[in-house]
Amino acid sequence: MAANNPEIRYLNPPTVDTKKKKYCRFKKNGIKYIDYKDPEFLKKFLNEQGKILPRRLTGTSLKYQRKVAQAVKRARHLALLPYVTDMMK
Amino acid sequence: MENFVYQTICPQIKNHYLCTRIFNHIIKNLSMNHYETVFILTPVLSDVQMKEAVDKFKGILTQEGAEIVNEEEWGLRKLAYPIQKKSTGFYALLQFKGEPSLVEKLELQYRRDERVIRFLTFHMDKFAAEYAEKRKSLKSSKKEGKEK
Repeated sequence: MAANNPEIRYLNPPTVDTKKKKYCRFKKNGIKYIDYKDPEFLKKFLNEQGKILPRRLTGTSLKYQRKVAQAVKRARHLALLPYVTDMMK
Repeated sequence: MENFVYQTICPQIKNHYLCTRIFNHIIKNLSMNHYETVFILTPVLSDVQMKEAVDKFKGILTQEGAEIVNEEEWGLRKLAYPIQKKSTGFYALLQFKGEPSLVEKLELQYRRDERVIRFLTFHMDKFAAEYAEKRKSLKSSKKEGKEK
């Protein structure tokens, strides 16, 4: 009987891939310069331990990822951001 | 300007490419760059001593022929991690136009001064300069708003 049934039934409805396409926020918003003096903004690119998030998670383009990394490192030098922490957010 | 350089240097060199390189080199050395410098002072100083220290570095800059574009004092801030066993610091920011050789002199003074616990000097490109302009105008407009 089951073989004759052309329709395949799933126990759970199959999850349709509705992956949101990642985009580079700097390219999208036309931001050309990333300020190292603004730690609140830079925190968006850090994880809870204060590590810089990879590009594959944030979707930042390579050009701006380099600038983000540079800005974060400058901010760390000036003690605006910590080098290591726990529970930053 | 370019024509003048070609006429004066090129008769001897007779190489357009080299001439351009030399021209660019001269321009680069003559030109004033935009810089931004942030330094952290120890929190043990009194307000008067803080002002004095900031004025000292401003004095060094103006003495060497730099033009101070903008200055900000962020006041006493908490440091993200302790520096020299201190958990707070007094931040000051100076933006100036000056020659590249000036930076070294300034940093030497920073190192000699034991009130300074951290410093950073940053060469601003055109985008950074644009951003700084915006920031400056934003600040001034905010101040005006407060006064009103």
